Amino acid sequence: MCPYSWDVPGGVQFHVRDLAEVLLSRGHEVSVLAPADDDTPLPAYVVPAGRAVPVRYNGSVARVNFGPLSAARVRRWLREGEFDLLHVHEPATPSLSVLACWAASGAMVGTFHTSNLRSRAMLAAYPILEPALEKLGARIAVSEDARRTLVQHVGGDAVLIPNGVFVDRFARAEPNPQWQGSGGTIGFIGRLDEPRKGLPTLLAAMEAVVAARPGVRLLVAGRGDVDDVLEDVPPAVREAVTFLGVVDEPDKARLLRSVDLYVAPNLGGESFGIVLVEAMAGGAAVLASDLEAFKQVLDDGRVGSLFPTGDVDRLAAGICRLLDDPAERAALTTAAGDWVWRFDWDTVASDLLAVYETVAAGSGAVGEDVTRSWRDRLRRSPD
Amino acid sequence: MSMGGWPAVLAVGALVLSLLWYLSFSAARLDRLHARVEGARSALDAQLVRRASVSLQLATSGQLDPATALLLADAAHEARESVPADREMAESELTRALQAAFADPQVAADLASDPLGREQLHELTASCQRVQLARRFANDAVRGTRVVRRKWIVRSFRLAGHAEWPQTFEMDDTLPNTLVTSQARPGPSTDSVT
Repeated sequence: MCPYSWDVPGGVQFHVRDLAEVLLSRGHEVSVLAPADDDTPLPAYVVPAGRAVPVRYNGSVARVNFGPLSAARVRRWLREGEFDLLHVHEPATPSLSVLACWAASGAMVGTFHTSNLRSRAMLAAYPILEPALEKLGARIAVSEDARRTLVQHVGGDAVLIPNGVFVDRFARAEPNPQWQGSGGTIGFIGRLDEPRKGLPTLLAAMEAVVAARPGVRLLVAGRGDVDDVLEDVPPAVREAVTFLGVVDEPDKARLLRSVDLYVAPNLGGESFGIVLVEAMAGGAAVLASDLEAFKQVLDDGRVGSLFPTGDVDRLAAGICRLLDDPAERAALTTAAGDWVWRFDWDTVASDLLAVYETVAAGSGAVGEDVTRSWRDRLRRSPD
Repeated sequence: MSMGGWPAVLAVGALVLSLLWYLSFSAARLDRLHARVEGARSALDAQLVRRASVSLQLATSGQLDPATALLLADAAHEARESVPADREMAESELTRALQAAFADPQVAADLASDPLGREQLHELTASCQRVQLARRFANDAVRGTRVVRRKWIVRSFRLAGHAEWPQTFEMDDTLPNTLVTSQARPGPSTDSVT
């Protein structure tokens, strides 16, 4: 069960896809209900739930499904699937997930990905969500931040299970010589036009870096308009930057294998930081802003260096220091190489299966919550 | 009745219908929560029994030194035989016995050096972890149920009937820390729940 549009890439979608594939490879049966057009090419395990509509919710635009047609599709999927367990992602979004929570009964697990629920919206939505959320036999949070948000806004507790990464795929990728250089190379992956991803901060810091270290290169991968980004950037920095556009997964792995340093200058709004895990798996030294989520992924700076969020000077100093000091980089990547296995899908999937088993042991198979349908009908008349 | 009275009658009627709907909704919701508490508690019970059995097996397998084995066997036995009133205490004692047995990292390392021991170690770690999970889920269900049972509508209309006030299960379920590290990269699970 995935709330966001399958056609559009995003963290939750990737998580659901990878999890489904890991479970399938271990011999389980998996069916994913996700928003997608009927004519989008989909993996065999994905059941499309129709076109998603972009809506504003919780401060950003999400493409989701709702309405009676989607509700009917959710019910049919639940009826025909005869599932042992239902895993709902982002059960607090107005979408398939919340519809599934309403419509289902039996063994249910919910994963909360977000850490920036706004309290006012949550307060208004709480009476609607509460009866649905309390059906979940277990709640999972992907980070300490996500868990705290959940505890504050919804109450109760959650088990912490991080997002997964196929560590091997990154660790075994072939470095690309074009993305390497004697002057040191820096990697950045993220949307160019999303200020919270922090590319402007990094470009501002590059001015000092280029001055101190001629020959340094910055490789930027991600969607967005290059001209917009470069508008106020001095020519010396422009020469050092290479834009790779959107890279696919194998190229992303090769990029992270190739660069000396991965920089995550994000300004906020991150609840996990999967790309840091990927960078560590790829063997790049990591320098990241000291957001709460990043601190946790980097074990408080032990396996990756941190700088004060948004601080251009400290970022530039950090880049120069790490590029100048191969020994410090090696110490970080060695520590990160051990640490990163806790985010490997093998570990993460085993933890999730332990949760599945525990919940399934305490409740029946998934079915339709039949008591809802006649109450729905009754509710329409008096209201 | 005068013409002006009809809207009032309709309003009262609508109010009564809404109240009836809300009553039936709350009753169904509470029923579901009670079922969840019961299910989660039986799952916890099963995991506790499993942990005690695995501990007992390990104690009688001859792979631990006799003093540790005796201590562990006694705690596991006590946990299995305890009456409900002493259960939390007995299970916490078993946790402490396991911690004592695995205090020296060498114990886990020795066990892991042969296939049977490794299997038992894996079983033990898995059951300890599942006890933690099951207890969390059970207590979370209890907490959710208590919130609903405190609502005025549930209290004034006695929607809970004769169901007991749900109790959390309080025990020390900390994993022996030498087991946590040995579990850092577990092998593929063979269980089949989807």
